[in-house]
Amino acid sequence: MSPTTPAAGEKRQINVPVMADLAARNESPEILFWVGCAGAFDDRYKRVTRAFVRILEHVGTKYAVLGLEESCTGDPAKRAGNEFLFQMQAMQNITTLNGYGIKKIVTACPHCFNTIKNEYPALGGDYEVIHHSTYLQQLINEGKVGVTGGESFKGRRITFHDPCYLGRANNIYEAPRDVLAALDADLVEMKRSRANGLCCGAGGAQMWKEPEPGKKDINVERTQEALATLSGAAEALANLGGVETEKSAPSRHDLESSIIAVSCPFCMTMMSDGVKHEEQESRVQVFDIAELVASAEGINA
Amino acid sequence: MLEQIIFFLLLVAASGLFVWQIRKIRANIFVGRPRDMSGNAAERFKKTVLVAFGQQKMFKRLTPALLHLIVYVGFIVINVEVLEIVVDGLTGTHRFLRFLGPGYDVLMATNEILGALVILAVVAFWWRRNRTQPVRRLTGVELRAWPKLDANIILYVEVVLMAALFTMNTADLKLHQVSGETMPGTFPISSLLVGLFPSDAGTLHVLERVGWWAHIIGIFLFLNYLPSSKHFHIIITFPNVWFSRLVPQGQFSNVESITHEVKAMMDPSYVVPPPAVGPDGSALAPTSFGAKDVEDLPWTSLMNAYSCTECGRCTSVCPANLTGKLLSPRKIIMDTRDRVEEKYESPLIFRPNMYGAEAKHEPVTDLANATLLRGKVTPEELWACTTCNACVESCPVNINPLESIIEMRRFLVLEESAAPNSLNVMFSNIENNGAPWAFSPSDRFNWADDLFATEKQQAATVA
Repeated sequence: MSPTTPAAGEKRQINVPVMADLAARNESPEILFWVGCAGAFDDRYKRVTRAFVRILEHVGTKYAVLGLEESCTGDPAKRAGNEFLFQMQAMQNITTLNGYGIKKIVTACPHCFNTIKNEYPALGGDYEVIHHSTYLQQLINEGKVGVTGGESFKGRRITFHDPCYLGRANNIYEAPRDVLAALDADLVEMKRSRANGLCCGAGGAQMWKEPEPGKKDINVERTQEALATLSGAAEALANLGGVETEKSAPSRHDLESSIIAVSCPFCMTMMSDGVKHEEQESRVQVFDIAELVASAEGINA
Repeated sequence: MLEQIIFFLLLVAASGLFVWQIRKIRANIFVGRPRDMSGNAAERFKKTVLVAFGQQKMFKRLTPALLHLIVYVGFIVINVEVLEIVVDGLTGTHRFLRFLGPGYDVLMATNEILGALVILAVVAFWWRRNRTQPVRRLTGVELRAWPKLDANIILYVEVVLMAALFTMNTADLKLHQVSGETMPGTFPISSLLVGLFPSDAGTLHVLERVGWWAHIIGIFLFLNYLPSSKHFHIIITFPNVWFSRLVPQGQFSNVESITHEVKAMMDPSYVVPPPAVGPDGSALAPTSFGAKDVEDLPWTSLMNAYSCTECGRCTSVCPANLTGKLLSPRKIIMDTRDRVEEKYESPLIFRPNMYGAEAKHEPVTDLANATLLRGKVTPEELWACTTCNACVESCPVNINPLESIIEMRRFLVLEESAAPNSLNVMFSNIENNGAPWAFSPSDRFNWADDLFATEKQQAATVA
């Protein structure tokens, strides 16, 4: 059930272009792919980074990464209240980006996306910043990615978990759903979705600390909702707190081979941990939308 | 003539007292730090029309939205009749708007139907609050004692005002009937009630006057109750929505003073602007990083506190609160209002929330020095926030609890170095490794090693 089934064709090694090399050759990329710390270091999200690079290579976009010159955007520091550290990080990154004359940035992390797009301009960093869900949506709309030729997701149950920093923070709700819709899968919406989506529990630097004492972990609350949505356990969804976007009760369905789709590295960690907590990891998988696209396109190796 | 003089004096006294109270609230709001919210008039106007006048955000929850709409529209329409009462009271006329003719019929009929609906809506509101298991968001540690009583007082006053209105109309109607005169206007509800009233003209006249005076005196009293109450939202919602943040919700405020420091560190030739000076030319004490007390918050956050109706939509969607953590965004907003009124100007009725063990509060003995941070809001509440913006999104009057939370976190981290230890570890990882985890920066590009893709023959044709 892993979306790594290789399609027919040649394997090709990718040498990811680094900005410093391009600059040395006096070249400039069309887009800079901002990998982010999770994309670079977190074993699970590295697979998302690699899937996204395969897509970039596949469509022939002229891209580059900063490689070792990239540093934390400062998002976790700023959300935790350490404005000083945030600004140090931001200025360092802005110096690097401006030094290369970067105009357009794509990133697979909503936190990096939000920080660079909204908080760098006040510190002298003005770029066009695109989240990978929007970028993938554009590739699909332009026909550059056909989401065919690889693994078929037809009929598989997928529910999308909205990342706070993409959704409420920046009002992007449809791009990831459009990408998933292209998979021809069976998309089901959680009751708390879009502007009413429930946080995975990792934002605001929670990713790096233990939660405060309470009755339950937030990621468990959210994962239970996702699982109940996928399996159509209406009674489990009867007493959710918060505002519900979706009113209709889902129909009963076997959980087997269902997917929770995310588009944020921290949501990935929280939802994966939640699925393990509910002991459903053999039946339900958590994938980033870029992984699903690369898999459907048949370009994984 | 005596009635007119009494009315005039009451009108002047009620208005004067109200203006005096508003000035105190205004002063309280402007103890906050300056923040430039000028410009973008067209966008602000649109927001005010949609969110404040149009109650756009209320309609996320249909039942309370419809109940609230009835009371809101009732309030606005019945205020046209209050205008009539004021003119009648000052000039000694009776129902001076009768010159509207058929328009007066429509106005009075609308008033009466709305008045009856308001009573029904208020009963429903009361039931939602006071039954054995109230609506969940109408409970919580911050919603006991005065806030709970305040909510009910508002409902009771609304019923009393409507009852006075119906007494006045019914008595007037019957008075006209017994004396064989035609009453101007159409009164669908009062015409059902005339049977309950006596037929004696003298008594009816007294009843009509009692209803008239009770209604207007009730309004004068209620007007001056507003500044002590959450019901003040009926006024301050409009400026509060007008001065909403217009940037994406994910964009947190920039701390200018830190920007100057960081720029100076990175570029020694950078000229840091001179510190602010007082009117006498002496340097002012530097402001703290973040917020320890109300005056450290931007003035917009203090206006937020005065706009809160304590409806709890924020708390009901808060992921931390939903999973049993101490954090309640509503409590932080209510604490802010309590604290600014405790430290600066107090309203006529002032019963600040006192917390105990259930909110994990140390007993506060020294009220004057119990700052907003720690005195009312505990670090445990602040550190439970995931900055997910659900509270901001949910607030029907565009209050931003997240901004206050971040300002207090800034104080904890930058002034007190009081972050949880795990966060300090994260900070030093960012400083040393350029990543929040303890990975070597030289491994940052390892993800690109041995990266293969399957070449698609038809890639060109797909494109």
